[in-house]
Amino acid sequence: MHMLEVKDIHKSYGDLEVLKGISFSMNKGETAVIIGTSGTGKSTLLRCINQLHPPDKGEIWLDGVNITDPKIDINKIRQKIGFVFQEFNLFNHLTALRNVSIGLEKVKGFTKEKAEKKAIEELKRVGLKDQAKQYPAQLSGGQKQRVGIARALAMDPTIILFDEPTSALDPELIGDVLDVMKSLAHKVAMLVVTHEMGFARNVADEIIFMEGGVIVESGPPKQMFQNPKKARTKEFLGRISTLYGKD
Amino acid sequence: MLEILANSLPQLAEGLKTTIGLTVLSLILGTILGIFLAVIRIYGKFPLPYLIIFYERVFRGIPLIVIFFLFYFGLSLQIGLNIDPFTAAIFGLGLRGAAYQAQIFRSAINSIPEGQMVAARSLGMSKLSAIRNIILPQMLRLSVPGWSNEFTIVLKDTSIAFSIGVIELMRQGRYIYVNNPDYVLPVFLFIALIYFIMVISANKTLSYLEKKYKMSGFEIGVER
Ligand SMILES: Nc1ncnc2c1ncn2[C@@H]1O[C@H](COP(=O)(O)OP(=O)(O)O)[C@@H](O)[C@H]1O
Ligand SMILES: [Mg+2]
Repeated sequence: MHMLEVKDIHKSYGDLEVLKGISFSMNKGETAVIIGTSGTGKSTLLRCINQLHPPDKGEIWLDGVNITDPKIDINKIRQKIGFVFQEFNLFNHLTALRNVSIGLEKVKGFTKEKAEKKAIEELKRVGLKDQAKQYPAQLSGGQKQRVGIARALAMDPTIILFDEPTSALDPELIGDVLDVMKSLAHKVAMLVVTHEMGFARNVADEIIFMEGGVIVESGPPKQMFQNPKKARTKEFLGRISTLYGKD
Repeated sequence: MLEILANSLPQLAEGLKTTIGLTVLSLILGTILGIFLAVIRIYGKFPLPYLIIFYERVFRGIPLIVIFFLFYFGLSLQIGLNIDPFTAAIFGLGLRGAAYQAQIFRSAINSIPEGQMVAARSLGMSKLSAIRNIILPQMLRLSVPGWSNEFTIVLKDTSIAFSIGVIELMRQGRYIYVNNPDYVLPVFLFIALIYFIMVISANKTLSYLEKKYKMSGFEIGVER
């Protein structure tokens, strides 16, 4: 049984059909990278998976549970699905530490002390123990994103969804964030929308190429980069690799 | 003249106490109700937001003195609800204040980036928990300037409670000049000064608090 199974997901906004039947699966601890041009529905797919925008049709199964079942307690499920945003979305009024601990406290019912103890551990994991008392506006973009990752990690999710986690960062700050993500590989499943081809090539177990609301092709990085089956895949990867570098 | 002012100090102090009581109690009512109205107007299910729009329109569309008369003479004297003028004034000021404060809080909520709610829900917070733990604390900090403006309006408008017989600062002033008709001007200049000092010190205190509790570095969009 797969840890995550996405079965024939359809999603429209008004008349615009964004996702036209998306299916794929992931195993425990696997890293999958989604690539594709902008406006293709990558963010929509992630939002369908954690039900921020429930799909119109299709099913999503996580750890053997159909989480698209309307009877399910979605707040319980979302604890198992971390989300890391392009724009960080840290809680502006809370310190880095509280950003990480608040979910533990208010969602998982930890005491404040216990929550903050675990939050410190998570901040250590992303290399930001010394920034614990700082507010988001006092952090650099790269630090903000690492707090965002720590916040997701703290909930002990089975999978973390990353929506272009480095796209809003200055180039020199991207490396730190990618290093943190790399260190998580095989510890937690990651579904990552990114243009960072180096990360896709070196860390991903699977690359999923989306276009026009469908998956054009997917496979292990080696196959996708060296032997793509579809001409379109080859063209896209060629273009994006010159833009974002090969490693 | 100074003698008259000095002699009337205890009386004015009585009035001042009532004025402050009115201000504080009606602000508490207005703030709590205003927060509820703002939250329900933004997050509530149909038809609640429309009821709140209606409420806001009504209370912002009627002069305060009319609201006072409706509450006191209308509800108390005509319908026979046992409301004293002080209570009627608190409800009048509080319910009207709520209509204005709801606007202050609503625009504060609207200025909170959408991603804050999205991030909270993604952690598994219920909508209610996200409102309480993420939205409201940010809303309160963002509302301080508008709220402090409302504070001074309410403080000044307590003087209109004079009209339904609340014995506040204005009414005490009237008692004094009725007994000393030659001193209308100094008495009311003195009262004006008292209001002025209270408003200024309230503004100063609140802007100090605003700085102190400003969301540390909440300057949205400042990247370093
Ligand atoms: N909340 C929304 N309401 C309406 N249209 C949306 C919404 N979110 C996304 N879309 C539209 O869906 C399409 C896919 O968007 P998105 O999933 O963000 O693409 P990607 O992340 O691949 O760039 C775009 O045309 C976008 O305008
Ligand atoms: Mg996107």
